[in-house]
Amino acid sequence: MDTIALSRLQFAVTSMFHFIFVPLTLGLSILTAYMETRYVTSGDEMYLKMTKFWGKLFLINFALGVVTGITMEFQFGMNWAEYSKYVGDIFGAPLAIEATMAFFLESVFIGVWVFGWEKVSKKVHALSIWLVALATNISALWILLANGWMQHPVGYVLRNNRAEMVDFGALLTNSYGWLKFGHTVASGYVIAAFFVMGISAYHILKKHNVEFFKRSFRMAAAFGLFAIIMVALIGDFHAAEVAKTQPTKFAAMESLWDTQKGVGYNLFVIPDTKNECNAVEGPCVPNLLSLLAFHNPDAEIKGLKAFPKEERPPVLPTFWSFRVMVTLGFAMFVLAFMAVIYAKRGSLEAHPLFLAIMLFSIPLPYIAGQLGWIVAEMGRQPWIVYGVLKTSDAVSKSVSTIQVWASLLGFTVLYGALGVIDIYLLSKFAKKGPDDDLSALLKTAKQEV
Amino acid sequence: MEFQIIWFVLWGVLWAVYFMLDGFVLGTGMLHPFLAKDDAEKRIMLNTIGPVWDGNEVWLLTAGGATFAAFPGTYALMFSYLYSALLLLLFALIIRGVSIEFRGKGASGRWKKSWDIGIFAGSAIPALLFGVAFGNIFSGLPMDAAGYHGSLLYLLNPYGLLTGALFVMLFLTHGSLYVCVKTEGDLCAKSTALAGKLWAGLLIVSVVFLGATAFATKLYDNYMNAPLFLIVPILAVTALIGIKVFLAKGSPLKAFAASCVTIVTVVFTGVIGLFPNLIPSSIDPAYSLTIFNSSSSMYTLTIMTVVAAIFVPIIIAYKIWVYRVFRSRVTIEDVMKNKEAY
Repeated sequence: MDTIALSRLQFAVTSMFHFIFVPLTLGLSILTAYMETRYVTSGDEMYLKMTKFWGKLFLINFALGVVTGITMEFQFGMNWAEYSKYVGDIFGAPLAIEATMAFFLESVFIGVWVFGWEKVSKKVHALSIWLVALATNISALWILLANGWMQHPVGYVLRNNRAEMVDFGALLTNSYGWLKFGHTVASGYVIAAFFVMGISAYHILKKHNVEFFKRSFRMAAAFGLFAIIMVALIGDFHAAEVAKTQPTKFAAMESLWDTQKGVGYNLFVIPDTKNECNAVEGPCVPNLLSLLAFHNPDAEIKGLKAFPKEERPPVLPTFWSFRVMVTLGFAMFVLAFMAVIYAKRGSLEAHPLFLAIMLFSIPLPYIAGQLGWIVAEMGRQPWIVYGVLKTSDAVSKSVSTIQVWASLLGFTVLYGALGVIDIYLLSKFAKKGPDDDLSALLKTAKQEV
Repeated sequence: MEFQIIWFVLWGVLWAVYFMLDGFVLGTGMLHPFLAKDDAEKRIMLNTIGPVWDGNEVWLLTAGGATFAAFPGTYALMFSYLYSALLLLLFALIIRGVSIEFRGKGASGRWKKSWDIGIFAGSAIPALLFGVAFGNIFSGLPMDAAGYHGSLLYLLNPYGLLTGALFVMLFLTHGSLYVCVKTEGDLCAKSTALAGKLWAGLLIVSVVFLGATAFATKLYDNYMNAPLFLIVPILAVTALIGIKVFLAKGSPLKAFAASCVTIVTVVFTGVIGLFPNLIPSSIDPAYSLTIFNSSSSMYTLTIMTVVAAIFVPIIIAYKIWVYRVFRSRVTIEDVMKNKEAY
């Protein structure tokens, strides 16, 4: 492999690993903040226990999100120096703003939250986890506006051998970035909801702290159903935006080879990239794809053959990732819907099979999220900035193949070890269940009153 | 032109504040296996940095992000030229972070001992490497039109290593003073005594560094041309002596404040000497990366200046609030009471 391929692989490994932790943080911070708010407003100690239990899992996950995030800030310059030089004038700004607006806020107030149980009032303590939740979501906004710019560059001109920002407002209001933000953040909420439901299902099955976990489950089910609906709705708009702005990506997502009008949607497709057609396709819902893509049943959609071969993304990974992601999305909608119904009826214990399915469904939204990023990033190839800069022109010139081999190996070993430790710690504390001994804490809480 | 100078100063401020704040965390991390006599003392030490270490590290991310946004040419070349060194730094910082967070999540001696090694290595390696990196930036990198002609081993030249030693000693002294200020009893007494010894070492390294800088770098040229700026290195030396004076008087808090001033002024002594370079070329000044030839457009710098003017004061305000909330000394009772404590 050459430096480009290795650098791409390293970016994929480090960002996908980082993205195991980030989405859970996005959603679980909100759920934990909500639990603590309920405790503060109602005084119900069960909510305090919930805050402590889910908060502990949140913190283990958060720590890994933070440390793997440092890599992300550095590796644009390390591996993608030509990219950084060429687009730094416009791409650097959202990253720096992310650090000033979000990273400080979340890292400072997570400290207050962990160590401040007895140092600040109950309300300020609850406020600090809300600030953490707000900051992680703001952070997602800026990084996705940055990524949105790579997908659909706006507000720049090419001069002085680089892309220079001329309209910050355009970057800020880039609809591609906002749709991506909504879609990604909502998918993070789904991850958090399935995480909480899955662990709760385990304890309900084992008949441990059933009331505690039924309440957690109910809360997560409502949050999850809301979130998966948002993912689908925003995802629909997002796909339409892709059809408009990135025709090559859209054609690869659907494995559409010929340019047609009034395109139907094939439920089953097996692409044949060698012969530039589909080996299997059908049954077809007429006009549906045109309707989905352009909200017009007769719209024309460009096929892959309309573009020179060297400007097409790799079809198979883009296509399959998109198909599987959408399928998983439907499955999760059904599960979340059932979860809400059973939780509302209070009949969760009566459905052990469903609970078991929920336990083993924890990975589903994670997989869907990673596949979504494969669609977004592989589907953009051969461009690093769509239509502006090719990935092959973006890599650092001074970095050797051996250096990237060494760093890739280092990251794989280090991240592999961190992954093992993370799963060990999460399952250890998830299985242990909530701490019953809250007396010390409650004593101080009462003193405040 | 003005904006580039503003961002040069801000660039220096971000690094200076980062070293001032993470300096005591790195120092505490390096001292933690040696200064503490048992697990309880180790936990006290870790809990002194507990509420603030993560927020302090963000200054590094912001320094990186600001370099990207304001001086993309420098960001791109500095980070790719120093690839292997930065990689080691990244690994070390990652290991430090998880070690601090996960040490307390298990009970066995082996579990804790492994993370103790991580905390030490994850603190010592960055302290050294930051010094090596800045030493090489001060003396210039071998770069010309064809690119970079150095390697990881090149960076470990005598002046780079000397600057590395300076940073390690600065942070060790800083960390020991922080522990004095934040603990009670035995641990406090031990770290106060150690701070005095470390200070002597720091003094020796500083004198050698100031002398070597005259030969290895062109940092002093700017001071020859504008002697007014000499006030910064003079302040650095004064603050360095101040540490010892305040320690002798038995006021570690003032000694710690003097150590903060020392770190900030040492960084600025270098930054002023660099101007207008961000990375000088050791081959030919024509290839140096300056704040003028590697900066963003005026438009971007204007936007970033507005963002900084709004958010930096807000950040400083809530950081001061947090340091006030956690101003008391950490005791073993505090550590035992909080189950999420390290």
